[in-house]
Amino acid sequence: MTPSPEAHTHRPETEPALPDPRGPLSERVLAALAGRPGALPSEDETARADPYGDDLQLLLYVLYELHYRGFAEVDEALEWEPRLLAVRAAAEDVFLRALREGTTGGKDVEEAVGALLLEPVGDDGHSVSHHLQREGTLEQLREYAALRSLYHLKEADPHVWVVPRLRGRAKAAMVAVEYDEFGAGRAENIHARLYADLMADLGLDPAYGRYLETAPAEALATVNQMSLFGLHRRLRGALVGHFAAVEITSSPGSRRLAKALRRAGAGAAAQRFYDEHVEADAVHEQVVRRDVIGGLLEDEPQLAPDIVLGIETTGLLEDRLGEHLLASWRGGRTALRTPPSASS
Amino acid sequence: MPASAEPPRRVVVERDGPILVEGPVEMTTDEGESVVSDRFVVAICTCRRSRIHPWCDTSHRRRKPAEEGEDTSP
Repeated sequence: MTPSPEAHTHRPETEPALPDPRGPLSERVLAALAGRPGALPSEDETARADPYGDDLQLLLYVLYELHYRGFAEVDEALEWEPRLLAVRAAAEDVFLRALREGTTGGKDVEEAVGALLLEPVGDDGHSVSHHLQREGTLEQLREYAALRSLYHLKEADPHVWVVPRLRGRAKAAMVAVEYDEFGAGRAENIHARLYADLMADLGLDPAYGRYLETAPAEALATVNQMSLFGLHRRLRGALVGHFAAVEITSSPGSRRLAKALRRAGAGAAAQRFYDEHVEADAVHEQVVRRDVIGGLLEDEPQLAPDIVLGIETTGLLEDRLGEHLLASWRGGRTALRTPPSASS
Repeated sequence: MPASAEPPRRVVVERDGPILVEGPVEMTTDEGESVVSDRFVVAICTCRRSRIHPWCDTSHRRRKPAEEGEDTSP
C-alpha cells in the first residue's frame, strides 16, 4: 500500500452523542437507546405520525445510525433488538407510503433518467446550487455544508449494501464506482474525507454526526431514504435508482457549488471537493446508467418500477429540502434548527 | 486465456456524449498539453463545451427552458 501522508495526523474519533428528542415517538426510542426503561411507541401511534415531521424522521435516523457508526454509550447489540426493529418497520411503512404517494411511479426507466439529463437553462428559482452560485453568502454555504454533512460523511456507505444483491455487469460496475467513491485505495481521497476537509476549510467541525442536532427533518429524510433503500433487499431497485439520480445530477450541481465557494472566498479543500465531483460524477453517471441500471434491468426486468421509484423519490426529497433552504434564506432566517458553531 | 495476455482496452463512444476509456489515461490535447487521469474510466469530452476539457463535465447535456417563476429571488 502507498504510505498515507495523513498517518501522523490521525486521531481516534469518538462516536457521536445521542441527539435530543423531537417529539413523543423519538423521545421514547432515544430513552430505550440510552438504556432507560419505558414503553416503546406502538405500531398505531407510529402509523399516525407525520411522515416528513421531525419526530418520525429523527426516530428513523437514530435507529438507522445503529447500522452505521452507532452512538457513544449505546449498546451495540441494540442494532438487532427485535422490539426496536418493529418500531423501525412501522416508521418505514409510514415513510415509504408517503414517498410512493408523492411520486408518479411507472416503469419507464429511460424516461425517468432522461428527465434528469435535461439541464434547465438558467435558474428556475427552485435550485439551491443556482441560488448559492449567484448570491449565496458564506454563512449560507456554511449552513449548507453543515446540514449536507449528514449525507456526505456517509457518502457511498449505504450503497455498498446493494452489492451482494447484484450480479455480473451491474455488480462489477457498482463496485467500480464505489471504489472511486472510497478513494481508489487511498484514504485521503475517500469522498467523505474530502468532505470533512471541506468542512474544516469552512470553519465547521468535521466530526461524524456533529450537526445531527442542527439538521432539519428535510435533511434527515434525504439520508433516511438511502438507509431505507440500502438496508432492504426488496428495495434494491430503488437503491440503484436513487444512486443513479444522485450521480446524474451531481456534476452540474457541483460545478455551481464550486463557483459559489470560489466567489465566497472559501479555501482550497472546499473547492477541491466539488471540483472532484464535477469530473468523477460525469464518469459515474455514464457507468451507472449503462452498466448498473442496464445490467440490473437485464437480470431483473421486473425491478423497473422500483428503479423509477428511487429516481423519483430522490427528486421529491431534494425538492423538499431545497424549498426549505430557499424559503429560510429568502426570509432572512437560518435553514438550520440552530446555527452551526465554529469548530472547537 | 494465457495469463500474460492483456485484454484489449475497452472504449465506449456515447452518442452526443463523451468517449469512455478505461483508465489510467495520459492524453495530449490539441494544444500540446499532457494531462493524466487515473480514474477507472475516463470520460473524454467530444462536444468541446466542457469547462474541464479534455474531460467531460456533462456540458453536452441538452437544455430545457427554465419553467415559470424563473428567478423569483429578490
